[in-house]
Amino acid sequence: MRTQLKNKNTNKPTLKYSDSFEDTKHIKLSDKYDLFIGGKWVKAKKYFNTINPSNEEILSKVAYANEKDVDAAVNSAEKAYNKVWKDLSPKARGKYIYRIARILQEKAREFSVIESMDVGKPIKESKAFDIPTSIAHFFYYAGWADKLEYACHDKEPKSIGVVGQIVPWNFPLLMAAWKIAPALACGNTVVIKSAETTPLTLYKLAEIIQEAGIPEGVVNIISGDGYTGSCIVNHPKVKKIAFTGSTDVGKIIMRAVADTDKKLTLELGGKAANIVFEDASLDDAVEGIIKGIYFNQGQVCCAGSRLLVQESIKDKLIKKLESRINNLIVGNPLNKNTDVGSINSKAQLNKINELIKSGVDEGATLYQSKCQLPNKGYWCAPSLFTNVAQSHRIANEEIFGPVLTVLTFRTPNEAVEKANNTFYGLSAGIWTDKGSKALKIMKKIKAGVIWTNTFNKFSPASPFGGYKESGFGREGGIQGIKEYLMSN
Amino acid sequence: MTKFLTTLKHFDTKIDETYTKERASILTNRTIKGENKINAIKIAISMIDLTTLEGKDSEGKVFAMCQKAKNPLPGDNNIPHCAAVCVYPHLINFAKKGVDNSGVKIASVSTTFPSGQYSLKLKLNDVEKCILDGADEIDMVISRGEYLSGNYEYVFNEISKVKELCKTLSEKISQKYGIKKDVHLKVILETGELETFDNVRKASMMAILAGADFIKTSTGKVQPAATLPVTLVMLDTIKDYFSETGIKIGMKPAGGMKTTKDALSYLILLNETLGDEWMTPDLFRLGASSVLNDLLMQYKKQRTGYYQSGDYFSLD
Repeated sequence: MRTQLKNKNTNKPTLKYSDSFEDTKHIKLSDKYDLFIGGKWVKAKKYFNTINPSNEEILSKVAYANEKDVDAAVNSAEKAYNKVWKDLSPKARGKYIYRIARILQEKAREFSVIESMDVGKPIKESKAFDIPTSIAHFFYYAGWADKLEYACHDKEPKSIGVVGQIVPWNFPLLMAAWKIAPALACGNTVVIKSAETTPLTLYKLAEIIQEAGIPEGVVNIISGDGYTGSCIVNHPKVKKIAFTGSTDVGKIIMRAVADTDKKLTLELGGKAANIVFEDASLDDAVEGIIKGIYFNQGQVCCAGSRLLVQESIKDKLIKKLESRINNLIVGNPLNKNTDVGSINSKAQLNKINELIKSGVDEGATLYQSKCQLPNKGYWCAPSLFTNVAQSHRIANEEIFGPVLTVLTFRTPNEAVEKANNTFYGLSAGIWTDKGSKALKIMKKIKAGVIWTNTFNKFSPASPFGGYKESGFGREGGIQGIKEYLMSN
Repeated sequence: MTKFLTTLKHFDTKIDETYTKERASILTNRTIKGENKINAIKIAISMIDLTTLEGKDSEGKVFAMCQKAKNPLPGDNNIPHCAAVCVYPHLINFAKKGVDNSGVKIASVSTTFPSGQYSLKLKLNDVEKCILDGADEIDMVISRGEYLSGNYEYVFNEISKVKELCKTLSEKISQKYGIKKDVHLKVILETGELETFDNVRKASMMAILAGADFIKTSTGKVQPAATLPVTLVMLDTIKDYFSETGIKIGMKPAGGMKTTKDALSYLILLNETLGDEWMTPDLFRLGASSVLNDLLMQYKKQRTGYYQSGDYFSLD
């Protein structure tokens, strides 16, 4: 007699997934990283630990750059600018950037694993998004290096000089690629600072820059905290600042450069509206909402954190959302099945929890995934709030975590009104089957990036940046080039 | 407007093709290895409708296939039998002899498969013969021409009539022989001809409202046959219907799958949408034949660590 798999009550087969952890043996991490200045590794006075936020284990030690170190980095960048990079043929600049892209491509797997460990993001994301998109940016801007006059409609495009760049901890390598690639293509030299909690992939990039034979001092990579950042911002030889991070810090930087001739681009926070109309493809919208808010644990400046759903479909949509949330696998970022990883730091987790608490205190209804959270590390279950009012803190402040707030609207005009009722303006999403409606709404929403029937899609050819307090300037595309050239 | 059209409208929703395709790939991004893979392979085999639907099918061919369905891997009792064999009406008698009382069901394609371009009377005759000959499951095709011309009520009526016939004949047979006969109706939409996901969604709901026990993607005669995205659209429809009525409808992707990986992707998609409750041959079938040998090959590989040559697996 054959085995009967279909046994009514007792022995019904269940499909089980296998934990599949990305191998970490192939990655090369030093115990300690010095500063990368003038093409050499330079010792610092102080070092600090960088940890894996999913288990609180120490990954490595990195240098803490003080004012003197920043000065050395800027001087080496200035020297490289004047002696080599400024007068190098655009074609040769392009060649160097292509080289970075190619080597990065070869090491994509190693970078994915390190990024996952340092940030806490699922390996699925670092492998399919962070690293390939970073590579794409280098390739894209390498191609522009000798065609700048067509990008900026200026017969003689002029580089700026030394640019100071400060990147956040949510997409460390990608944000660095967004900044370094166009800066180099336009003929500038760079001093770039990684975020305090995620310095590793930038130092790995430094190794690639060495390997690619980029002239010494063209790219200088340092690590540190806000103080280090302020040293870059305030250095008189730095001619342009490019910052991605919080709106609060953005404001400080803007004040700091107010009396100078420094150029500035800021890519700051957001509280994106993700608008779902009753005629949308609902199951697709649900997945888009999930991707919009739980991608990288919601630690994304353009996260679709404010869901605006048409009242007529609210109940149906929320039911689907709650069901989908429970299917998300939360856990070890290196597990290939993981959909949601850990929060990047204790400080960030505290901030998220504080805002969740405020939501509950102010009377909104909290729903959280029934997932089991690991004991060690910094974890937050995928969450969503219903019964939210426009006045609640969770509807206004950027949570920067896996927390969705659900608001409703009745008419398209009300949707627009509510979507724009924020001091941010970075991104938005529109879900409708009706193209004409999408186009009409799109024009009325004040956000730098608007997705229709999709969310969190990026391409190096597409400019990214904000309105209002989400910053100014654009990164990516042709528009991103002019930010790194002198305007005449 | 008739009640049917009102209900259809209630469930109708537009499908975004681009994002549905992306969603299918997001949802199936799961790893199954080792013991879990062996387990999954067994589940897949237990859900297969082993099928032969060719003009040259004969008693001998059907006999051979039935043996394979009953006992996919002779000498290994851990492998379950397939869910059913699926044949042309004319060959049901042979299939019946072939599967014996093994528990393997007999499914027959019907309603002038594969085109469905005949009168309703002829189709009902076709179904009647299948059931009287001993089919447990009827795989009917819908009139795609009528559907695409907007004659939804015609198609709805057609499916309803077939369902009605399945019911009456089941009751008759049950009474006559004192057994419990319940002929299941699978409705083939032929998604390759419906082309758009909007059509697939609407036709799925139509079939469900008309009484389908299962909805099935394809005849296998039209390309593309089953794909993950099209299956996803149908699974979503089943879920929506379930969440409003509590009634469980089965799903059968058919054709287009060749490898173990394909088969497991369908199981993962099912698990991520409808979940564990549907993980049974009562509610999910795989319409595929060539995939069986690949499943067996992978099973052997998991057990022994080696890939065996295809020559070790019988071609039936």
